[in-house]
Amino acid sequence: MDDWRNGGFGLYLHWPFCASKCPYCDFNSHVAASIDQRRWQAAYLAEIARVGALTKGRVLSTVFFGGGTPSLMEPDLVAAILDAVRRTWRIANDLEVTLEANPGSVEAGRFRGYAEAGVNRLSMGVQALNDADLARLGRRHTAAEARAAFDIARAQFDRVSFDLIYARQDQTPAAWAAELRAALAMTVDHFSLYQLTVEDGTAFAARAAAGGLRGLPEDDTAADMYLMTQDICGEAGLPAYEVSNHARPGAESRHNLIYWRYGDYAGIGPGAHGRLTLPEGRFAIETPKAPGDWLTRVEGEGTGESARAALTCADQAAEYLMMGLRLAEGIDTARHEALAGRALPRQAVQQLQDLGMIEAKADRLHATSAGRAVLNAVIRELLP
Amino acid sequence: MPAMTQLDLIRNFSIVAHIDHGKSTLADRLIQLTGTVAARDMKAQLLDSMDIERERGITIKANTVRIEYPARDGKTYILNLIDTPGHVDFAYEVSRSMRAVEGSLLVVDASQGVEAQTLANVYQAIDAGHEIVPVLNKIDLPAAEPDRVKEQIEDVIGIDASQAIPISAKSGLGIPDVLEAIVTRLPAPTGTRDAPLKAMLVDSWYDSYLGVVVMIRVMDGVIRKGDRIKMMQTGAVYGIDKLAVLKPQMVDIPELGPGEIGVFTASIKQVRDTRVGDTITHEKKGCAEALPGFKPAQPVVFCGLFPVDANDFENLRDAIEKLALNDASFSSEMETSAALGFGFRCGFLGLLHLEVIRDRLEREYDLDLITTAPSVVFKLHMRDGEVRDLHNPADMPDLTYVDHIEEPRIKATIMVPDEYLGDVLKLCQDRRGIQMDLTYAGSRAMVVYDLPLAEVVFDFYDRLKSVTKGYASFDYQMMGYREDFLVKMSILVNDEPVDALSTMVHRDRAEARGRAMVEKLKELIPRHMFKIPIQAAIGARVIARETLSAMRKDVTAKCYGGDVTRKKKLLEKQKAGKKKMRQFGKVEIPQQAFISALKMDE
Repeated sequence: MDDWRNGGFGLYLHWPFCASKCPYCDFNSHVAASIDQRRWQAAYLAEIARVGALTKGRVLSTVFFGGGTPSLMEPDLVAAILDAVRRTWRIANDLEVTLEANPGSVEAGRFRGYAEAGVNRLSMGVQALNDADLARLGRRHTAAEARAAFDIARAQFDRVSFDLIYARQDQTPAAWAAELRAALAMTVDHFSLYQLTVEDGTAFAARAAAGGLRGLPEDDTAADMYLMTQDICGEAGLPAYEVSNHARPGAESRHNLIYWRYGDYAGIGPGAHGRLTLPEGRFAIETPKAPGDWLTRVEGEGTGESARAALTCADQAAEYLMMGLRLAEGIDTARHEALAGRALPRQAVQQLQDLGMIEAKADRLHATSAGRAVLNAVIRELLP
Repeated sequence: MPAMTQLDLIRNFSIVAHIDHGKSTLADRLIQLTGTVAARDMKAQLLDSMDIERERGITIKANTVRIEYPARDGKTYILNLIDTPGHVDFAYEVSRSMRAVEGSLLVVDASQGVEAQTLANVYQAIDAGHEIVPVLNKIDLPAAEPDRVKEQIEDVIGIDASQAIPISAKSGLGIPDVLEAIVTRLPAPTGTRDAPLKAMLVDSWYDSYLGVVVMIRVMDGVIRKGDRIKMMQTGAVYGIDKLAVLKPQMVDIPELGPGEIGVFTASIKQVRDTRVGDTITHEKKGCAEALPGFKPAQPVVFCGLFPVDANDFENLRDAIEKLALNDASFSSEMETSAALGFGFRCGFLGLLHLEVIRDRLEREYDLDLITTAPSVVFKLHMRDGEVRDLHNPADMPDLTYVDHIEEPRIKATIMVPDEYLGDVLKLCQDRRGIQMDLTYAGSRAMVVYDLPLAEVVFDFYDRLKSVTKGYASFDYQMMGYREDFLVKMSILVNDEPVDALSTMVHRDRAEARGRAMVEKLKELIPRHMFKIPIQAAIGARVIARETLSAMRKDVTAKCYGGDVTRKKKLLEKQKAGKKKMRQFGKVEIPQQAFISALKMDE
């Protein structure tokens, strides 16, 4: 019943709007001509009150503003939300409040306001450090703007992370190594490094289907680039603590760790998902994806939830396995066994160990660097 | 309805046509124009009742329909149309259906001309002594060339086409002329009403309400409801429960006389108890001699059928038993494979028959099956003089005990437009064929080859069709057994033998086939987390080898709180797919690989 305590409790807020849609992005983001931020504020506050009542007495460890582009939110709106959060839950002394930001000059002007509102960690979508590739990725900023925005952010926030996308079109392993080293030279303590994947429903997918989007690296090259990334970041003191995330020890995203450690999280905003342990059991909770649907639902029905599905113990075990093995620290085998009602299949574990894909130590089991590169296959072996 | 029909008011016929030349559409029109089926009950291709028949555009079981036609001479005629299977696998069934009627309509597409299977079937009709009425279909198409096609019919088939009837089955043009020609140009059946009963068993099938239904053509005598009849091949005696004609639904009739075609039921439990081509007579005062030409069904192609999910074995057993009730030509016995578990070794009339049975088992009984390499029956001459039948390459004994091996050979007749002749000769040569004859009829060549049946069961039809763009016809007959240098080729995946992929091959061709097989398997087996050697071997000697490199990358780059549900569903779906694969040591092989590996692209 209290399994979530092993992972902690956090709040995710989804801001669904972007100035423009990036061609690789399959996140729930929308471009709108005008946004009534007061109306959105009222809806967010109503949802905070409702979810607060469901999770009364809990200590909240993290808040995460994701999107979309949350750096399009007015600092006042962010402040009002965080004030409400503080009134609603007991707050951990070291509350982590992350906001995702575009590294453009307009956004940078709002950084001070976010910091004053209580944001203490910024996650910047830098994506690439050269202008040609930024243009191909559909980004609106230049590399120079990104570096300038990063410097402003460093001055305002205790912690700044940024995202880069690699295995891009026509990108050689050597070019990526040079770019990664340049990024590491910026005083950064957390990176999200994603291999470009063509997701269904994106502009890139349409381009790829039409025979465009040439020059993406072959699988073996992409695998080499992945392993090289692990080595370079490890040498620089930012080992991978998750498949795509690297940090100096202690600088990990605590909010994201809640997902991967399979804790509880409330999701507020369009398309936000939650996992909440309630008196009746643990639930997967969803909200409507379209911004207008969510807004009218909150205003009309007093709840943003559109679906609440009970998670069986087997569901929870599978989700914990799938998320936990993404982490370098891996899973707690006793915790998994308690959820699953049985141990992991012994033969599969032995084979994966023999292949060097996983390691089991004391009461934990984790995927190796090679194992994380083929993690889907590893998980398929371990699922019941 | 009159109790008896005068012989000269009966016409029995079949329709011979190439696929797509409009056989089924013409049959539909004849039925429709005579009002045999009410307009509201019409559905396209009335006579092809199985889903598989409609989908593949082929006829597997013989079907019949009785049409009443008021002719221009003022008399009403009974027309019996037998729709015959058109495939060489069912050549014997076709020959029996042809013997049950006196004439054929030869339907030829007026733009395409005489093609492929038309020939095999038209020769069957000529063999059966039929009067043949040529019909030119699709005459309304701009590309129609009726004069050229008539000339071709005369050149290639050697029958008079001057009176060919131009029609469009699609629009209905010319259909009344076809009906009139059936009456005026086809002969009436002959037979003696007072003679002892002599009827031919044309076909039989299982009906879930009625039990076994037997289709017959009465040659002499009269059969009535309540009669005690005897099957002359099996000696079994039955009482007729129901006697009917097909319109195409069953309509009861008190008796069937000479020249008539109809069906009966007689509390027969299994289709197996009825033999196509058998002669039916009365138990008492029966006829002295059976009709000539009876042949028992002889499976020539064998393969193993295994359930993907071992728990489905009992379901597969039930399904095979039920299907066997309705198909006397298909045989089965239990088999155990080290790799595939429990299943059945099944015998079929040919490859199409195999595919049809497998499709029916999968669809009608909702089973997922693994099909092993089709094989023929080899004769093993052992050193101690014993001769053994080898149905399954996996059962091949140690060679030290075997003196020599014989394989079945066929005489294959292929008719092909001369521009494709070179490709056909090469194909036959590649399949260890020995040319026996080569002649020309017009611009068509007829080649006769002596071929090993084993080489034909792989994918000979597919290859022939593809090298001739479908313009070749193919027919064969068994020629008996001959010795050759045959060996068992095993396939090893990750050093584990996969018995289901073992094949018997000619020694000279083993390297080429082995190489093709391992290359294909390399494509078909998904990458694993480790590298996998794939080898072909004769005994302990490896003759071909490929290595499937290890999977290097399969991971979702981004996975946060919002992705959990979707990601879990995806992985669970993949996991379910994985469970459908077969485990060989540490390697999982998808079932499609078993089938695809054996279809060679050359």
